[in-house]
Amino acid sequence: MTSEAIPVRPVQYLQAQMRWRWSEAAFWLATLLPFVLTPNYLVLASQIAITALFVLSLDLILGFSGIVSLGHAAYFGVGAYTAGLLSTWGWGEPLTGLVAAALAAGLFGYVTSFIIARFRHLALIMITLGIGLVLQEAANSAGWLTGGFDGLQGIHTWRIFGRFRFDLYGYTAYAYSLAGLFVIFLVARRLIHSPFGLALRGIRENGLRMPAIGAPVHAHIRTIYTIAAIVAGVAGALLAETTETVSLEALGFQRSADVLVMLILGGTGRLYGGLIGAVVYMVARDQFSGLNPQFWYFWIGLLLIAVVTLLPNGILGGLAHLARRLRVTP
Amino acid sequence: MQKVFYGFVGLAGLALAIFGIGPARAVDTIKIALIMCYSGQFADTAVQMDNAVKLFVKQHGDTVAGKKIEFIRKDTGGIAPDVAKRLAQEAIVRDHADILAGWILTPNALAGADVSAEAKKFMVVMNAATSIITTKSPYIARTSATTPQLNYTLGAWAAKNGLKKIYTMVSDYGPGIDAETWFQTGFKEAGGEIIGSVRFPVANPDFSAFIQAAKDKNPDGIYIWIPGGAQPLAVGKALAERGVDPAKTKVLGQDALAFESALQGMGDTALGIITVANYDYNHDSAMNRDFVKAYNDEGHRNPDIFSIGGYDGMHLIYAALEKTGGNADGDALIAAAKGMSWESPRGPMMIDPETRDIVQTVYIRRVEKVGGALRNVEFDKVPNVKDPAKARMKN
Amino acid sequence: MPPVFGVLFDGFAYGMLLFLMSVGLSVTLGMMNFVNLAHCSFAMLGGYVAITLMNAFGWPFLATLPVAFIAAAAASVVLERIFFRRFYNASDLDQCLLTIGIVFVSIAAAAYIYGTDQQPMQLPPYLRGSISFMGLDLAVYRLFLIATALLITVALVVMVETTRFGAQVRAAVNNQRMARGLGINVDGLFAVTFALGSGLAGLGGALAIAMLGLDPQFALTYLIYVLIVVSVGGLGSISGSFAAAMLLGFSDMAGKYYVPAISAFLIYLVMIVLLMWRPSGLFGRR
Repeated sequence: MTSEAIPVRPVQYLQAQMRWRWSEAAFWLATLLPFVLTPNYLVLASQIAITALFVLSLDLILGFSGIVSLGHAAYFGVGAYTAGLLSTWGWGEPLTGLVAAALAAGLFGYVTSFIIARFRHLALIMITLGIGLVLQEAANSAGWLTGGFDGLQGIHTWRIFGRFRFDLYGYTAYAYSLAGLFVIFLVARRLIHSPFGLALRGIRENGLRMPAIGAPVHAHIRTIYTIAAIVAGVAGALLAETTETVSLEALGFQRSADVLVMLILGGTGRLYGGLIGAVVYMVARDQFSGLNPQFWYFWIGLLLIAVVTLLPNGILGGLAHLARRLRVTP
Repeated sequence: MQKVFYGFVGLAGLALAIFGIGPARAVDTIKIALIMCYSGQFADTAVQMDNAVKLFVKQHGDTVAGKKIEFIRKDTGGIAPDVAKRLAQEAIVRDHADILAGWILTPNALAGADVSAEAKKFMVVMNAATSIITTKSPYIARTSATTPQLNYTLGAWAAKNGLKKIYTMVSDYGPGIDAETWFQTGFKEAGGEIIGSVRFPVANPDFSAFIQAAKDKNPDGIYIWIPGGAQPLAVGKALAERGVDPAKTKVLGQDALAFESALQGMGDTALGIITVANYDYNHDSAMNRDFVKAYNDEGHRNPDIFSIGGYDGMHLIYAALEKTGGNADGDALIAAAKGMSWESPRGPMMIDPETRDIVQTVYIRRVEKVGGALRNVEFDKVPNVKDPAKARMKN
Repeated sequence: MPPVFGVLFDGFAYGMLLFLMSVGLSVTLGMMNFVNLAHCSFAMLGGYVAITLMNAFGWPFLATLPVAFIAAAAASVVLERIFFRRFYNASDLDQCLLTIGIVFVSIAAAAYIYGTDQQPMQLPPYLRGSISFMGLDLAVYRLFLIATALLITVALVVMVETTRFGAQVRAAVNNQRMARGLGINVDGLFAVTFALGSGLAGLGGALAIAMLGLDPQFALTYLIYVLIVVSVGGLGSISGSFAAAMLLGFSDMAGKYYVPAISAFLIYLVMIVLLMWRPSGLFGRR
């Protein structure tokens, strides 16, 4: 993926991967642009940042570990409802809400990871789908807790650090969501470029071989799945806090399917792929639906077909492929 | 990675070009944001409502009190309160909308209410039927109906019209549970007995098991509440197949059960189904006949409850603007809207000055064959029905 | 007979419908490993073709069924030539994205052409009503559905077990590389099987209108159930799809009759339990 000679020693290899490229710095600086260039779109930007975080959590299990999940919204929803419920019970402090959501989603992720780790391929996909659907129905039935169809009412998020209020324009919302995304991204980046991250990639490529070199496959899968659940839970909590709404669709199939589409669109296993996929998909959807509220589906479908035809392995995958081809031809 | 960077610079530039320059604000325009689920599962309701809005503007012009009316249409895609809230915020912040209208689904309406309250904008709910919506913001008025308003009335009517034992079946989600609660309350308060109840899963394609279980209990009547779409037809089929004859065991429900498309599919097995609604295109008044004709001329379809909600919502907006002389300020409009009453194609209606909710005549109809086709014929009614849920909340 | 048998009969009919809609996907997924999430779009196409013929041209219901089959099969051939062919070697995820894009386009196209409301249809008089049998009311349409599906199942099994084409299909599903090595034209085989499977889906869609209704969202709504049948039954197995569809139909109905409180969950719980017990499906190979 880079033109530098790859060092032989593993530690050097990892260190080389960990170095910040100026394109990455440029990316993160670009995320500050909406404050200046498009201040009318900050609410959308904050929802894109939250979705990008959610897609990142899916990338951790799908892109890096090969676990395809059609029910990842379950953890997003658990995080969202935890933060929302905490607020309706009187404690609306945002940062501790995130912690609570992380704990709840992480716990649920840990418990389900025992099932997940044992399966692969279609069975895994359908089991994750099933878990998501069961949770959605359970949340609907437990209307006394979740508010059911109408959604949770009475969420009121307190000011961040006692100072910053969530306003109509979305300045606070975007700053908050972006900060959350950045911090967790740093952690994920460190995680991926570590021996543990390499082991995960090994599991993705050939899970049967890994025990031969002493890697505890099931334990690793459980760990990364729990971590991904925590990240998804934080994303859910961010949404609940910035919009002050939570409803059943937070853990619904539609959300799980959308996040999968965004990840594939951007390119799996590349950390930035998920973020770019989220940006492209949500901006496209917003623009298409603004132009043509009834039939925007059509244009989004065409976009997906076009991307997958022209850029194999997602946007970043396709761009990397092109970059390689351009470098090879003298 | 280089490509990524250049890609981003390009995107940023594009963003600047498209988004950075917002639309100019003309002082003599009033912008109405129509926030509905134009795509997705509930798209049909938005189509009917939007067509009614377009018809109203066609009939009454796009100028009110010297101001030009402009519409901004936004799609929520279905149940998505976070998206609905964002669209409302963007409508106000970016597009400078004065009025937030539409609102088909309750979760979206509740989210939008927060924005209406914070930004102090007039909000007209044209469909969402949950009672608490109007309490969420002091700037909301509703022109459709509330679930308690319709179902409590039906329950009370059923008990007073010879039905003693009823089995209720509803869809297991907010509106269905709401309907069940209020139907049972109305029925029991008027002396009836509920002998059993069941809630079916929301996405339920086949009702035969549930209908059979109901039939086993031998009730005088079965009350069924389901949302629109494919389900009314499936219910009709199950009723026919399990041998429930609506002429002998009364089948009661809300409007969706006897929707036009469902009746066409059910055929004669639907005869005798009794439903409660605030509007039907067969309503016998000159005003309604004109409305139905105009609606058909535009879209080759009959109007339904979603259409009338939209049509009357526009009427309310125009009438309120006339009253305030074109002032689109939230406080002015809601003050003008309170207590407003008029004759609509559905019958007389009024915006309750206290609750800002709708007060209207509730009709009881039966499916009958008129001129060879199946229609909902209104044969009883209860005038001036207020929302019972809020009435009790006060006490 | 106790009324529960009437309910189970209805479940049997529902299962048969699911089988018709799913068997094509099971075989194509098992044979070429091509993830075709647009499978239910073909079912939807079949439904809309049948409706158009009936409502706009006045064709009798039964005559529309073969046309629905052919239309869906033809559409699948076209799509296969233009798009799918290039993605046989692409990753599963890319195939997902492609076919989801096609689903979105099909939903929008259906909404644009036919509108978003339910399509009304009237069954011919001889398929309406119910007949009494041993104290049960059995719907005529469901009997028709069961009969049709059984006929098709028998035809499929006969084809797969006794014809040369069927033997080639079985070989290709079992071990694609070996089949190619033996000179079997797997790509051509796949094109035919794909067309057959999609045609069956189209037929299923046409038959489903009277039971499940038809609107533009059909392609997505029933995809989940089809995926459940395919995964529980086992990829590439006709008998697996049949068994899974039956199981799901029965447990769904029985659940709704006996334990309606958890009936929403039941079908998913049954699926999870079955997959945990047999990850490759009831009759799956891998």
